[in-house]
Amino acid sequence: MIRHTWTAVRLFVLMAILAGFIYPAIVLGISQLTMAYQANGSLVHYHGRVVGAKMIGQSFTSPKFFHGRPSAADYNAAASTASNLGPSNPALVKEVKASLALVLKQNPGLRASQVPMDLVTSSDSGLDPNISPQAAYLQVPRVARANGLPVSVVRALVTRNIHGRFLGLYGEPRLNVLELNLALVSLVKSNGS
Amino acid sequence: MATAVLLGYGLLIAILTVAAWYLSRYLYGLFEEARPRGYRLWGWLERFIYRLCGIDPDRSVPWWRYLQQLLLFNLILFILAYALLRLQGHLPLDATHAPAMAPALAFNTAASFVTNTNWQAYAGETALSIGSQMWVITFLQVVAAATGVAMVLPLLRAFAGAELARLGNFYRDLVRVVLGLFLPLSFLLAIVWILQGVPSTLSASVVVHTLSGSLQTIARGPVASLESIKMLGTNGGGFFNANAAHPFENPTPLTNVESMMAMGLVPMALVFALGRYLKNMRQSWVLYIVTVFALVAFGVAAYAAEAHGNTIVHHLLGLRGPNWEGKETRFGIGDSSFYATFTTAFTTGSVNAMHDSLTPLGGLVPLYLMTVNSVFGAVGAGLMNIMMFLIVTVFIAGLMVGRTPEIWGKKIEAREIKLASVAMLVHPLIVLVPTALALTNPNALASIANPAFHGLSEILYAFTSAAANNGSAFAGLNANTTFFNLAVGIVMLLGRYVSAIAMLALAGSVAVKKRTPVTAGTLKTDTLAFGWTYVGVTVLVGALTFFPGMALGPVAEQLAMLAGRLYG
Repeated sequence: MIRHTWTAVRLFVLMAILAGFIYPAIVLGISQLTMAYQANGSLVHYHGRVVGAKMIGQSFTSPKFFHGRPSAADYNAAASTASNLGPSNPALVKEVKASLALVLKQNPGLRASQVPMDLVTSSDSGLDPNISPQAAYLQVPRVARANGLPVSVVRALVTRNIHGRFLGLYGEPRLNVLELNLALVSLVKSNGS
Repeated sequence: MATAVLLGYGLLIAILTVAAWYLSRYLYGLFEEARPRGYRLWGWLERFIYRLCGIDPDRSVPWWRYLQQLLLFNLILFILAYALLRLQGHLPLDATHAPAMAPALAFNTAASFVTNTNWQAYAGETALSIGSQMWVITFLQVVAAATGVAMVLPLLRAFAGAELARLGNFYRDLVRVVLGLFLPLSFLLAIVWILQGVPSTLSASVVVHTLSGSLQTIARGPVASLESIKMLGTNGGGFFNANAAHPFENPTPLTNVESMMAMGLVPMALVFALGRYLKNMRQSWVLYIVTVFALVAFGVAAYAAEAHGNTIVHHLLGLRGPNWEGKETRFGIGDSSFYATFTTAFTTGSVNAMHDSLTPLGGLVPLYLMTVNSVFGAVGAGLMNIMMFLIVTVFIAGLMVGRTPEIWGKKIEAREIKLASVAMLVHPLIVLVPTALALTNPNALASIANPAFHGLSEILYAFTSAAANNGSAFAGLNANTTFFNLAVGIVMLLGRYVSAIAMLALAGSVAVKKRTPVTAGTLKTDTLAFGWTYVGVTVLVGALTFFPGMALGPVAEQLAMLAGRLYG
């Protein structure tokens, strides 16, 4: 039995070195040398500053920006989390109701039935970087007014930034809110000058 | 939209079928040949490992010795993983400054990752150091998956051979599966995923200045190398708390599809490997067809329920549309529903949408798939369950037609039936008893997040997930309590090893039997008629044992939802 245990312990040590150390180390080495941008989290630079990570949603509350989805993590990218509210939980109805009221207040003239569900429900990660095209179009009048831009220009900006389904089959049409807002900032600057 | 989703999944399953078919040919060689394909790449490493460990790979051993090797190795994994988690703060690569795990949580986590379950009662970003993510989590995901594959090999050899006393060598099978299957595939997949944006760095986080002018700390780390083995080994434990919904774990619809393929690849290939062992591919195709049918049917059911949406929200707030709560925009309703189906069918347990926020019927699908635990199932353990249900099916069919049951030329007698029954019945036993205990324990009830029927579903789901070694959760439940850490931990261990012990004993008992010649009176098991009977038996067992719990949880909640009733 002792001999068998000694064999198993040695195998454990070798496997731990191989699968728990050498394997991740090789992946780390190759990726840092050849794909450093992705390997470090696809960080987005703007005017020499790191303003975010392409895939990670961030909080936008100013009327000048397009807003993302409600987040149970409050867009804290060091603590991803979801609401975990069940479908018949009164707390879910309360939260969706509050989100809806906010959307309707910020974007006057809309009816509830025109608001897409993704804009009033919270995502799984709490860091969802995307919104649906409907959720973006709905914010166009507000964003245009707040930035002093023509509605048609902002609408065209939204259309340009839509990512389609992969192969037309997988995923959903969507916009990356950070990308969209960066494009918007550039647009405002070029219009102002 | 529904057409695109269904076409997408048709294509995905078609690609998977071809890939699994070819992989099964490779796997048979890997398991049985002295010099399989690609041996030149890693053969030297294999021989080196045997020499250093004093393993004689050619020494085939009886079933009980194989079991002893397996249990001993897993025990050492468990003890040392526990120790590493307890010592976390004193080890290198602790940029997250994660302190030592508390004893109950460390017990739960070690049990979880050794048993291929990957139940996580902690949040990865804060509770684990970068080092632990590598040499505890990633490491265990590789060896626990390899243990799973090794577990089923004696059973395959027992049915393939006749009058066998020895069924292989566990250490050899384990090392080969690690070197020849999981490490090379994980490496390739990790590189593919980094290209699409999955991070791979030793730096634990970066602080950015957001456009709105505030600071955002973004957690990252060696994610890619963990992610790939997590899927390929049907492990499921994520780097981050949000698991495969986190944009760094699963950044695009393409990585999502690739994840689903990675989950399905090895379990499906093992079903084809069964046919290669038996020299009867027809048998594999029959099992494959009926199981894929179940997979698609449940996927469509979940999708329909989620697309229909939350009728309470519709009625009370005047909103329209599907159930988006707890889902990510890039995946949407279709890819989230099918992912929930795949992750529980293949017993991975990774989630890209919160199962707790699924509609009641949408949540019933993953729950049901875990009670059956054989719609392909996890790597190795799934095929073991399939074979267990097949043996029960020939027994029942044999009773109906009045013949001695036999399968693949081996008589199934009292001893085999007893062992298969133990493997079958332990599952409901270790789900329902702990659920009942939890429901009578005020401390456990305090962990419930959602009121009324849904709260019962949370607890039932937790123990079903643990017993099926799945690892997904109705995650509103606060599982990081002494009660749940211990109870779930024990259930995971029983779920993994009790049925493995019974099925390895069954392998030993079948292996020594003579092969009985096929006659006109032999019940054919490679026909679709038998295939559907097999499905019927799995449904019957599930319905008889789990229906009351499901009726009180998801079914009752669905009826209440349709009636527009809120509770709590």
